[in-house]
Amino acid sequence: MSIPRRPRLAVWKFASCDGCQLSVLDLEDDLLAIAGRIEIANFREASSAVVEGPYDLSLVEGSVTTVEDVRRIKEVRAESRVLVTIGACATAGGVQALRNFADVEEFTRAVYAHPEYIRTLATSTPIADHVSVDFELRGCPISKAQLLELVSAYLGGRVPNLPNESVCLECKRRGNVCVVVARGTPCLGPVTQTGCGAICPAYQRGCYGCFGPQGSPNIPSMLRHLDYLGMPHPEVQRVFRTFNAFAPAFRAASEAVGEKGGK
Amino acid sequence: MPERTIAVDYLARVEGEGALRVRIRNRRVDQVELKIFEPPRFFEAFLRGRSYLEAPDITARICGICPVAYQMSACHAMERALGMTVEGPLRDLRRLLYCGEWIESHALHIYLLHAPDFLGYPDAVRLAKDHPEAVKRGLELKKAGNHLMQVLGGREIHPVNVRVGGFYRTPSRAELLALRPGLERALTLAEETVRFASGLTFPEVEEEYEFVSLRSEHEYPMNEGEVVSNRGLRVPASRYEEAFEEVQAAHSNALQSIRRGGGSYLVGPLARYALNHDRLGPRARSAANEAGLSETVRNPYRSIVVRAVEVVFACEEALRIIDGYQPPERPYVEPPVSFHATAGAAITEAPRGMLYHWYRLSSDGLIEEAKIVAPTSQNQKRIEDDLRHLVERSLDQDDSTLTDFCERAIRNHDPCISCATHFLSLDLERT
Repeated sequence: MSIPRRPRLAVWKFASCDGCQLSVLDLEDDLLAIAGRIEIANFREASSAVVEGPYDLSLVEGSVTTVEDVRRIKEVRAESRVLVTIGACATAGGVQALRNFADVEEFTRAVYAHPEYIRTLATSTPIADHVSVDFELRGCPISKAQLLELVSAYLGGRVPNLPNESVCLECKRRGNVCVVVARGTPCLGPVTQTGCGAICPAYQRGCYGCFGPQGSPNIPSMLRHLDYLGMPHPEVQRVFRTFNAFAPAFRAASEAVGEKGGK
Repeated sequence: MPERTIAVDYLARVEGEGALRVRIRNRRVDQVELKIFEPPRFFEAFLRGRSYLEAPDITARICGICPVAYQMSACHAMERALGMTVEGPLRDLRRLLYCGEWIESHALHIYLLHAPDFLGYPDAVRLAKDHPEAVKRGLELKKAGNHLMQVLGGREIHPVNVRVGGFYRTPSRAELLALRPGLERALTLAEETVRFASGLTFPEVEEEYEFVSLRSEHEYPMNEGEVVSNRGLRVPASRYEEAFEEVQAAHSNALQSIRRGGGSYLVGPLARYALNHDRLGPRARSAANEAGLSETVRNPYRSIVVRAVEVVFACEEALRIIDGYQPPERPYVEPPVSFHATAGAAITEAPRGMLYHWYRLSSDGLIEEAKIVAPTSQNQKRIEDDLRHLVERSLDQDDSTLTDFCERAIRNHDPCISCATHFLSLDLERT
């Protein structure tokens, strides 16, 4: 007969800013309650005590940028029953995936006087390029509400309710005035996945796509509309080439604009 | 006496990935390495070719713990390059946003990362079993800082509302006044935090630091001021690189800063407090007095008390700004429509200390070259010096105790290794 035990949680870091794992600690009101239901077994940023795997739930932050990372993510997968990627680095390669469009040797030389000390891969890739992923939380950073929903759903044994519709729908529900219609501000809301709370339009700026592409983005239409709003092509390319540059739909958008050339 | 090595492969309760290695030979410390193995992300390289308007949002992604610091240093550097001045309520709102980050980041370090060391727990969750009131106080305080950032910045991690020249949208007076009760409560919690922290037991150690921070004429420094030290340094931010240089060590993916012609130095709460305690508000000053803090604190373990005093200050400063706030006519100062190729530098006080940004821009507003020096890369050498002294004093301890001592000594300075790795210098060694 087995003794019932709390499920074990592990939080892993790859190349990242630490913001998404900080979101776990930012669940201030619920942190201690969660810790009562789930054993925080391996979370180096928060604890010096490490419980050996396997783990029931692994949250993986960051992208794969070194040979060592390629090996380590396979180990993490092997000792995790459920593996969830958290944030734009883990789900799409993050802002550091801008190297994928450039020459990394030149990057290293540009940054470090002794590039021979630096060991890095030529690309920054999402976790799902290396191992199978059970769920993903989008965003740069992730939303605390979605994180809480994910953990609650896990504990309740149900599928988390994480919509993949566009920011526009959330924006309308919030009652924002559309920044495109009212002010002619370029906004990636129509092609970007919801989850942030439509905060950019609420603060009178256009969405810059930090949750990555929504489920079925109409990129050609978006590009035509940005053109119509008078956004120069280099700017269009840059806005798609930021925090989710390597997400396939955004990558296709930035490459399509690149082919058109500058304006 | 044979060789002895103290090694920690993965430092816990610090932000980012670091390791430690100390080599002792013949009862002398032969080598100390605070290793930063977090892989580089090349921010300074891919900033090239981006618009100056993008720098605040892109550099925020260097650090999820102190994104506001990156946004502030980037904005100020761009504004200096373009000859813009941001004054009045916009300047105050930036300071208010920074107060939120100081409260959040310091509360995180005090309660979730540092306090467990003093009370003998591996983390705050286990600490909460025996000291629930302390951890709950810490979480509530942290939340107050986060809430301020949410209201003013749109969200607490990577706020969306900051731009070169000011903000996208400025709050109404009513929106800020609604924050008052929460901040009043936070101020009380912060004062309790000073009492809590000063009641901990500290090893009796003093280090001879060269403290370096900003100092401004009328206020405790956040966004403005000259760079000063307790050894007579005084230069404007624009001349930072004349006073400091970065060197690359083989053991680290971070560059280490030193004083030109000198050695290590310390930035952060201990330095700010030593150089600016006369600029603290009345509540922070009396909290410091009540805690028995002298005007200069050289015991690195007591940094937890100084951090708590800075949280008191950030709460009272936030309340002061809210009380005097009148919304500006426009949310931001308009940047010039056209300009010549230019460059600009700025330093602001991140929770962990001075954060330097420098940019060179083309006449079409694209970044041609960028340099960022994070607080932890400035402190790295100094942390190694602390470790060297600690190990020399503690040679009779067994390996596990000594390892534990070393980890604690590192956490005294709240290193942010994610930041340190990404301070990516464009100082090319041209061959």
